[in-house]
Order: sequence, then C-alpha cells, then structure tokens
Amino acid sequence: MDQALFYAAAALAVVSALVVIGQKNPIYSAFALIVTLCSLSVIFGLLGSPFIAALQVIVYAGAIMVLFLFVLMLLNVKSEEDVPSRGGRTLASIAVVLVALLAGQAGFVLWNTTLAPAAAFDASTRRMSAILFSPHFLYVFEATSILILAALVGAVALAKKDA
Amino acid sequence: MNPGPTLQALSPALQELILAAVKVALIIPALQGVFSLMTWIERRVLAFMQFRLGPNRTGPFGLLQPIADGIKLFFKEELMPAAANKWAFLAAPVLAVTTSFLAVAVLPFGPPFKLPTWGFLPEWLQGRDFQFQIATIDVGLLFIFAITALGVYGVVLAGWAANNKYSMLGALRSSAQMFSYELALGLSFVTVIMLAGSFQIGDIVAAQSGGFWRWNCIRQFPAFLVYFIAAAAEVARTPFDLPEGETELVAGFHTEYSSMRFALIQMAEYVNMITVTVLATSLFLGGWHSGIPGVPSEGLLGFVFWGAKVAFLLFVFIWLRGTLPRFRYDQLMHFGWKVLIPVAAVWIFITAAGVALAGW
Repeated sequence: MDQALFYAAAALAVVSALVVIGQKNPIYSAFALIVTLCSLSVIFGLLGSPFIAALQVIVYAGAIMVLFLFVLMLLNVKSEEDVPSRGGRTLASIAVVLVALLAGQAGFVLWNTTLAPAAAFDASTRRMSAILFSPHFLYVFEATSILILAALVGAVALAKKDA
Repeated sequence: MNPGPTLQALSPALQELILAAVKVALIIPALQGVFSLMTWIERRVLAFMQFRLGPNRTGPFGLLQPIADGIKLFFKEELMPAAANKWAFLAAPVLAVTTSFLAVAVLPFGPPFKLPTWGFLPEWLQGRDFQFQIATIDVGLLFIFAITALGVYGVVLAGWAANNKYSMLGALRSSAQMFSYELALGLSFVTVIMLAGSFQIGDIVAAQSGGFWRWNCIRQFPAFLVYFIAAAAEVARTPFDLPEGETELVAGFHTEYSSMRFALIQMAEYVNMITVTVLATSLFLGGWHSGIPGVPSEGLLGFVFWGAKVAFLLFVFIWLRGTLPRFRYDQLMHFGWKVLIPVAAVWIFITAAGVALAGW
C-alpha cells in the first residue's frame, strides 16, 4: 500500500515537474508546480512526518505559489513564443553536453550504491523540534530567520525607493 | 444478527476502511443538506433584518425553496465564454468543491460515543467507540490549514479561466486577500495549540473541559477575535466579500459561471463557511462540552450543545452580512497586515510567557 502510494506520488512529481519546464504558458507551469509540491508532501507523509508534509503544502503549495500566481496574473504574462534567439544552437549543444554529464554522474552513483529501504527513524513533530531547537542548530535556525527578515526588509526598501 | 462468516473475519484494516467509507457516506450528504438549508436560512434571516419576508412561497415557510432553486439551476444552460480556457474553466469548480470537502475530513462532528450493542449492527461494530470524524490524524489542525491554503486555487483558476476582466479582478483580489489573512489565521491557532500541547482537534477540545471559563474564547479572547475575523476573510463573507463585490465586479470571480457549475461554487463557499464555524466551535467554544459544571455533555446532549454552538456561529456570519458594509480594498489590506497580524503576534508572546512562567 505504502509502496504503491510512493510510486504514484513519485511518478506524479516527476511528470508534473517536466510539465513545469515544458509548458509555454506560465500559468499552467505554476499549476503544475503546485502538483509537484503536493506530491512531495505525500512522500514526506509516507516517510512518517505528517508535520513536514503539512508544512510543505502550507508554505510552498499554499502561500508561495499563490504569490507567484498573483504576480503572473497581475502582470498578465502571455505564453512564450518561439523566437529563435541568437546563438541558440551553441547554447543548446552546451546544454545537451551538460545534461549528458549530469545523467552520467547520476547513473554512476546509482550503479555503485545498493538501494535499501530507509531504516526506521523518528520523524515526529516532537523529535524534529527537539533537534531544531537543540543547542546544535538553534543559532543556525535563528540566524536563518533573521536572514529571511533582512531580505524582506530589503525588498520593501527597494520597492519604496521610487515612491 | 447473522452477519455471515466472511464479515466476521474482517481484518482490522478493512474494518477501519469500511467505517471511514460509512462516515464519508453520512457526513458529505449531510453537509450538502445543511448547505441547501443554509441558502434558505440566510435569505430568510437577511430578509427579516431588512424588514422583508424573504422566500416564503415554496412549501411551509418557503422551506422547499432550496429544492426549487436546485431544479432551476439544473435546467439552466451551461454557458462558457468563447475566449475561456476550456479545461481550466471546467476544472475550477471541481477544484473548489474538492478542497472544501477535503478539509471536512479531520473535523469532529459532535462528541465521541459508544455504538449500541443491539440492533442491526454487525458484531464487530457493536459497542465500538465512534465519532463523526472521518480521519483522526496527529496534525489535524495543520491539515485543515494546508487544505484551506489550497482552496484559493479554485477561486483563482475560476477567475483566470473565464477570460473576463471582472472575473480576473475578483481572482486577483481573492488571492491577495486570502494570503494576507491566512497569516493571521495561522497565528491565531498557535496559542490554542500551546495551551493544549497538541495539533489534534480532539485534544484541544478535551483541554477545554470543566466549565465555560476554560473555553478558549474566554482564556484566549484576542486569539478568538483574530480567528473569527480572519476566518470571515478566508471564506470571503461580508465585510470581506471583495472578491465577488457585486456593485463593482458584477459577481467577481464567478461572473461567467452558470447552472450547476455556479451551484458547485456556491456549495464550496458554504461548506467552507461551515468548516470554519465547526473549527471555531472545537478550538474556541469548547466543542461539545456544556460549559456548566454538573451538566453532562456526553451522548445526545453533547450533540445538542455542539449543534447549538455551530448554529449560533453560522447565524453570526449571516448577522454580520446583514449589518456591515464592505471594506474598501486599502482598508482590507491595512487591517489585515497592520492590525490583525501584530495583535496575533503579540498575543503569542503573552501566551508563551504565561505558559512558560505562570503555568496557564
């Protein structure tokens, strides 16, 4: 049952991620990204952490993607058109080489590791918060929060400049 | 009393599955019934508040009006604008209804009780603990929050797909409004979770037993206020109904919807409203507890208390609609970001200090 769910969610995540980059209409891309994030949330849930699964949906699929869609709609972004760009051919060949390299590396790693199901581990909310707020990670955690806050203040300051 | 050998041998997992299916089959139609009743109640109550009579011609007191409305909508033509995005236009109402009913899955409808040991029930069900709650999960509250966060996409997709300027403006307003007020809504939960020490709605209700002064609407009054206002904004009820402000946007995001698709969108909105009231009852009004020491809240009485609280909150939503004018857009944003969120945040600090130092 769990395995079937995992494969379904994983397949959905991969397919929708391909749609995100293959789709010309940005609104469709955004909706496909929401599907990707939701299927990732299912995988987190299967790994025994409903808390992270819920956060994944609330923060990414909920808040952030609404913001993306809002901006896309506000600016009324139209579908990209097939404009042959200068040097497109060179760029494309570089991309092909890089993708081949990445695929080769991934294949090499996967070939040389034996896959085994993850050992049972405790991913409950209590355990997670104990780790996050332990002396080990507390300063990193708080520093990250302050970094995000600083970015927020910076964005507001930049946007205010013209007004 | 003769369930047969195959039914007796049901595995526990299968039993759970059957129970869940039965609950879904009972709760979802019941909600649809309440939805259609609510449309009538809302129109009648609003009418009385405005010295009118409201729909009173169809059946006793006009009670059959929802059925008449349903039949009418069913036979209306389903229009789709020529420039609409076909698949998105079709998917939007479905998405709206799906998310609104998904959130219902973790809500407790009434107190837990024991099934009777007689009657037509198969043996494995007799005397079993039972509650009208489809799924009891550890992070119930977060699940609801996650699903409501997804609920906005039904509205956004509907407004965008119709390819109409009014729909589009409605969708824009609704997405901006929902993610602004979602923050306040989430912050208002936090103190309740702190006091109960659990994300489970059942635990939060249990933490409020013992008397009405232990209800969170009294111990956590600021949080309750923030929750109620933010919830009204989340479900786009007056005074927060800017996404469908009819005086400026025709009907907002659902301008181009007709017939049963329109009915689906209406159903999604009413079910969302029922969800936030049931949640408010559980989180802040003590759930099914009577609130008076000595008055039992088990069994049927619990359902009565619970139902009365939900009904009262639903009435308050209608009352607000009959009383308040609509916000102006800048007022809406100002109020959400500069009043509600700071109030909720400060209250979190106060409650955290209370829990840590004074043992609240």
